[in-house]
Amino acid sequence: MTDTPITPPEKARARSRLYMAWDSDVGYSFRHSPVAMVSLFVTLLLVLAAVFSPLIAPHDPFNPATLNLMNGFTPPGEANAFTGESFLLGTDDQGRDVFSTILYGLRISLFVGFAAVLFAMVLGISLGLLAGYVGGWTETIIMRVADVQLTFPAILVAMLIFGVAKGITPIEYRDQVAIWVLIIAIGLSDWVQFARVVRGATLVEKSKEYVQAARLIGRTPLAIMVRHILPNVLSPVLVIATISLALAIIAEATLSFLGVGAPPTQPSLGTLIRIGQGFLFSGEWWILFFPACTLLALALAVNLLGDWLRDALNPRLR
Amino acid sequence: MLNYIIRRVLQSVLVLLVVGLVAFAMFRFVGDPVDNMLGQERTMEDVERLREQLGLDQSFVVQYYRFLEGAVQGEFGISYRQGRQVSEIIAERIPATLELAAVSGVFALVLGIGLGVFTAIRRDGFASNAIMTLSLIGVSLPTFLIGILLIYLFSVELGWLPSFGRGEVVQIGGWSTGFLTQSGLMALILPSITLGLYQMTLIMRLVRSEMLEVLRQDYIRFARARGLKQRAINFRHALKNTLVPVITVTGLQLGSIIAFAIITETVFQWPGVGLLFINAIQFVDIPVMAAYLMLISVMFVGINLAVDLLYVAIDPRLRTEGKS
Repeated sequence: MTDTPITPPEKARARSRLYMAWDSDVGYSFRHSPVAMVSLFVTLLLVLAAVFSPLIAPHDPFNPATLNLMNGFTPPGEANAFTGESFLLGTDDQGRDVFSTILYGLRISLFVGFAAVLFAMVLGISLGLLAGYVGGWTETIIMRVADVQLTFPAILVAMLIFGVAKGITPIEYRDQVAIWVLIIAIGLSDWVQFARVVRGATLVEKSKEYVQAARLIGRTPLAIMVRHILPNVLSPVLVIATISLALAIIAEATLSFLGVGAPPTQPSLGTLIRIGQGFLFSGEWWILFFPACTLLALALAVNLLGDWLRDALNPRLR
Repeated sequence: MLNYIIRRVLQSVLVLLVVGLVAFAMFRFVGDPVDNMLGQERTMEDVERLREQLGLDQSFVVQYYRFLEGAVQGEFGISYRQGRQVSEIIAERIPATLELAAVSGVFALVLGIGLGVFTAIRRDGFASNAIMTLSLIGVSLPTFLIGILLIYLFSVELGWLPSFGRGEVVQIGGWSTGFLTQSGLMALILPSITLGLYQMTLIMRLVRSEMLEVLRQDYIRFARARGLKQRAINFRHALKNTLVPVITVTGLQLGSIIAFAIITETVFQWPGVGLLFINAIQFVDIPVMAAYLMLISVMFVGINLAVDLLYVAIDPRLRTEGKS
């Protein structure tokens, strides 16, 4: 017997799991890609900032009690001429701290982005599995709808859905439900990618022996789809999800910027840029500049991360 | 072959009918237009009169038939917000959008092909690498941020170019053009760059990768052996063979130029149909939304059909496949 130190089995497994991920091909690619490391760092930083925004933000920009109109248009880092208060990134016209509004805006942008992608993913995967496994008319109808929708740019589809939903909701509820409408609109405009990929992969998996075996022992189609096929078609979905996240964040910002997204009462980064654009000519550049930079960093980081993941998981490109 | 064409045309018509149904459903079920048009102080007579005027007192089937009949003739009823014929409003706005789209399309094509060829020939040059990196950043930037950046640089800081509107326009028949005045041309520059930038990078990357592929072929080496000038080889022999995919992509991108014009038009307050559509969404002006939806679907479906048919015309392999 050799005297190797005995570690509890669970700890060893946890360590080896982490080590396996680090030592895998994807891990190797990650360790050798400074771009991936930086973009992951920026993404994590922004996500953390968004999650903990109520703790980090020095002011609550949506509590009218703490706002002072006299603080309006304070340039970044300087003391206000009337109140003597100073703000890291300045204030907007209503005296709201720009740094705090960005943190809260980031929270809404990221929430809408993640939720929209999740919605698109669930919808796309379900329909893709159904189309691929069941086939026949179900497949024809689902894929035809997908084809038609693909003819139109996603952002246009999202705008239309938003417009219709706005028409259906009574005026007094519009601002309250705007965020959810936005999530549904962006999600519905983006499910096609998932459905197509999952359907393609399902068609391949369907004819494999393990599926036939599962059918033979009498598992229901639903169980076969969810328990047997789904885990085997998920890896391309991960790549699409990351790229979709970048697209969803940009789509949300664009819609909000155009005034058909997050309302001024719950501003996302896009809404903040829309507000800031109004002050471009009067010299208050910071109201526009800082939200724009944040959006830029977020979009770029997630985009680069998605690109890297696609290359890392695609063995053909190596 | 003929079979294929007929099938594609039928498919396109079917798509348009489905979109028409969506547009009609919007008309019929979204909001109460009377509520939107009349203010707080209204009488029951006002409501009744307006209902009759808009045809809202008819049955579902009659309204659907009327809608289809009107849509085919380009009539979409009266705008809830402006109280005028939708077709009239759109006809007024469409020259602005088409001129913007045309200029940015030309910009994207010329600069895209030029830079694509350049970066392919000077593969490892510093300038090529810089252009490729910049294009990667450009693709991930939202369009509206690019627009704002350009406004900040050229209107606010330098004061060279106007930041909004079309400048002076000249009326020729029913068409208003900004091509004939200096201020009109100046006003076109920033919006066209904003709108065309994404398509430009797309075309550039495509031309570059196709050129790199073609330049490796034997006939290029042979042309060089014949002692042809490098310039002639690059442009006469290589570029020509990269153009088929470029034409396809350009065709398909035409539709997205029209769609993304919505964003550019909002940034620059460009009085085109895109800005009209955004305002329609903000004020839930359903007839304008429906008309825009139909207009853009006809455009998209038409372009897709044309590109598919062109494919068959250009590539003989597809023709024989269709026969078998």
